[in-house]
Amino acid sequence: MSWLRFFRRRRSDTELQDEIEAYLAEESADNEARGMSPDEARRQARLKFGNAQKVRESLWMQNTPQRLTAMARDVKYAFRTLSRTPGFTIIAVAVMALCIGAATSLFTIVRSVLLRPLPFRDPDQLVMVYDHHRGSGENPDSRYTPVAAADFYDWCSMTHGFEEMAVITYGGYSLTGERGELPESVNAAAASWNLFSLLGVQPAFGRTFTELEDQHGSTVVMLTWKVFQRRFAGDARIVGRQIHLNGSPFTVVGVLPSWFNYPNASIQLWVPYQAFATPELLKHHDWHQSQVIARLRRHVSLASALEQVRAVQYQLHLQYPNEPVSDDVIPRLLNEDLAGNVKKPLNLMLSAVGCMLLIGCLNISNLLVARGAARQKEVAIRSALGAQRAILIREQLTESMLICAAGGLGGIFLSVLATRSLAHAWKDLPTAQGVYIDGAVIAFACVLMFAATLIAGLLPALSSTGKTMLNALQTSPRTGASSVSRTALRKSLLTTEIAITVVLLIAAGLLLKSFLRLRSADMGCVTRNMLTLFYGLPGNQYDTPEKVNAFNETLLERVRAIPGVRAVALGNTLPGAGFWGDMVFTVKEHPPLKPGEDMPDALVRWADPGYFTALGIPLVTGRFFTNDERGPRSYKVIVSRQLVLQYFPGENPIGKHLHVTAHFHPGMPNDVDYEIVGEVGDTLYQVGKESKGTMYFPILEGDQNGVMLAVRTASDPLQFSVPVQMQIAALDPELPVSNVLTMDQMIGDSLVDTSLTASLVLAFAILSLLLASVGLYGVLSYLSAQRTTELGIRMALGAERDQLLRLMLVEGLRPALFGLGLGLVVSVAVTRIFQSMLFATTPLDPVVLFGVIATLLAVAVLACLVPAWRASRLDPIQALRTD
Amino acid sequence: MGKKNQPESEMLKGTLDMMILRTLVGGDAHGHTIAKVIERTSEDVLEVEQGSLYPALHRLEDRGWVASSWGPSENNRKAKFYRLTAQGRKQLIRETSRWRQMTRAIDLVMGEEGGAQ
Repeated sequence: MSWLRFFRRRRSDTELQDEIEAYLAEESADNEARGMSPDEARRQARLKFGNAQKVRESLWMQNTPQRLTAMARDVKYAFRTLSRTPGFTIIAVAVMALCIGAATSLFTIVRSVLLRPLPFRDPDQLVMVYDHHRGSGENPDSRYTPVAAADFYDWCSMTHGFEEMAVITYGGYSLTGERGELPESVNAAAASWNLFSLLGVQPAFGRTFTELEDQHGSTVVMLTWKVFQRRFAGDARIVGRQIHLNGSPFTVVGVLPSWFNYPNASIQLWVPYQAFATPELLKHHDWHQSQVIARLRRHVSLASALEQVRAVQYQLHLQYPNEPVSDDVIPRLLNEDLAGNVKKPLNLMLSAVGCMLLIGCLNISNLLVARGAARQKEVAIRSALGAQRAILIREQLTESMLICAAGGLGGIFLSVLATRSLAHAWKDLPTAQGVYIDGAVIAFACVLMFAATLIAGLLPALSSTGKTMLNALQTSPRTGASSVSRTALRKSLLTTEIAITVVLLIAAGLLLKSFLRLRSADMGCVTRNMLTLFYGLPGNQYDTPEKVNAFNETLLERVRAIPGVRAVALGNTLPGAGFWGDMVFTVKEHPPLKPGEDMPDALVRWADPGYFTALGIPLVTGRFFTNDERGPRSYKVIVSRQLVLQYFPGENPIGKHLHVTAHFHPGMPNDVDYEIVGEVGDTLYQVGKESKGTMYFPILEGDQNGVMLAVRTASDPLQFSVPVQMQIAALDPELPVSNVLTMDQMIGDSLVDTSLTASLVLAFAILSLLLASVGLYGVLSYLSAQRTTELGIRMALGAERDQLLRLMLVEGLRPALFGLGLGLVVSVAVTRIFQSMLFATTPLDPVVLFGVIATLLAVAVLACLVPAWRASRLDPIQALRTD
Repeated sequence: MGKKNQPESEMLKGTLDMMILRTLVGGDAHGHTIAKVIERTSEDVLEVEQGSLYPALHRLEDRGWVASSWGPSENNRKAKFYRLTAQGRKQLIRETSRWRQMTRAIDLVMGEEGGAQ
């Protein structure tokens, strides 16, 4: 009611004026009736009515809430005070905008990735189920084993705890036009037909897969919105038409909605699960290549639903004792599953930003305390004249509120600009939920603004209106006695600031060092001057090992002939390019495994005869592959040093046989013995991960269609990318080539997230250092201004300038030293928390610690030197004369 | 015309609202009439200050006790007429009974004093 009145007060004022006019007219009419002249009648009416202005004013006041006018007055006052010192205001607002902006951006990402529910139907009922080996330890890499296809089908048919289960696996296709034009290799996912209904996802156009389409040889495909827009111009008529994948026609049955980014944005196409694999593979309990997503049945707990699956899986394990069939299953919430990798760095960065925000607030608080000192007379006089303390505090809080509000608005604006690019720069960030700013984020920014207002404003407001205030009227500015407590306050604020800065600097230093360690990690092979690229030979054209080998060997020959090319390696993957895959094996010459003993396993790689020489992987014993080891029946294997140490301790591995139970020869017997012909040095499959034993098979077996080529060059490898691609195009103009990178770039690519975390935290730390040093400078300048007279007297009494310089320096450095000590103590506790994010770096790394101490001291001395030097150069006469 | 600036003409606090409501029982009226009626009925003892009449009328309207509309006055001039609402009628009853209680109590007290004089 009262607000309505407030917004209508102008209208009600005009109405009142009309009413007054009406009254005067009536009254003068009455008067005229009594016989007065019109002029006199009018005059008497006015006299009787009294002051019309006053009536209007009192109605105006009645329509205006008291608090609002007071607030408007405060804001106006604070605005004027702030605009009197534009330098201070601009710096304070900029600091606030930066801090709040950074915090808001990170919160946006945290909210999108960790807090916001997934955009699926009842997302909290969704859970991932993984195969699991009992006793596999806590490491998530080995804890959550991908599910074997046959396991999934047995779970579905033999358990009823879950409402529904769906299975997903990933792969790639070469997408071309009808006549093979515009080849492009795309990431694809294959899902059982019920995935989309399980998630509750409706296609934007067309339909999802049917149960009948989920079978081998099925040629239907669903497009994601991205490829639909990009390649098919967003034309809905694509539904029902054909596109070409690996040279075969596939019918588009539907298009997924634009928000659907599950499991990540790189997936462009979806095909039915069984269309992806041979019927043979689907029968195996050790083809661990899939992920299972399950929807809980209402009123059935996860534990009891899982218990059934667990029992089935254990039976399967007993049924196939000599195969890598898991003996257990393990669940993970879908949300966790997507965000597991980024949770820690995100929380770390959010804390770093929080620290920076706190430092920003403390800094503004510090500056406001200094301003309060300059205005103490004003405050004292006003309170002597009867101003209440609460009102004075409110007034000063309004000032910090204006700063924080302006900073907050600027921050939200900055964050709108920054969030998207930050999310893009972050490779591992799951984007299933979509990263965008919403109401909750804005609310978060407002809460930040409010908290910042209180932190920055309350302390100075309380201190400047405290009980010492009345003394201010009595004390002469010469002694500055009343400012002792205020100086102490500023010093403790500063100590806190510096302590937090030290913690941030140490965290940033550790992350940076860890990143540098990763960067310089020994891959076990040559990485300099190495060009890498990927190509996949379409299976329907290159359908025999002979055709595949013919292409690969011709290409190798042609590339070797390019001037400047030193050597060429061809493998299914390269060191540093990722895990790719592993396989279990037994050693034929060894006694059978005891029950319960884990089966040996190792990474699987395929390599051409020149692979090891070209990549500079040393031969330990035995030999490399030869050109004769080709076709499916070579049965030779080369193992890495680590595999030998692990499974052949004190033995000569050469001539022994590895019995491999996995099935990578379609149509060949399942169990094959491979003779070890050589032992080579270890390589890392990914920077930052521990190396793992590796088996190399001859790529000339000819059944690997997707391969990576590594070209060792004499000079800048990127100059060779066009000549190499031209050779490929000369052999097959429709073959898409992807990931053309130098090996250093490829390795750097996997470090993007680490470097992002390290550089962002470093940026926050440097900014904090800057803020802290500005604070230090401010406090000491203020202090020396306060003590001008005292310094003048000291000088007059014969103090040396050097002594004064030392005196002021010590004064300023004391809070810095306290802060440094405090920060170091806190760091010891804090750095343990993110120890697991560090690679080959201990939390108390001496280089980082001393580096931080030295940096902080240097900056502190610099910040103190200027005001201290200025104080020591005072002209004593001038100093004594100042008020 | 009432005598001005005499203590008698000063109105008791809070009674203006009640009297306005009472006046409107006799039918819709505009500000001038209301003031005149109050003055006449009180035999010119009470004088309505315009400075409080109009804010009071707006206040009563806000509370929903009177409603207003523009219309022609008896002299055919544009005037804002106030009308008692059902809610206002209830309020008037409440205030009247409170007033009666109050005056009776004061009478009782003053009666004794008056008798002694």
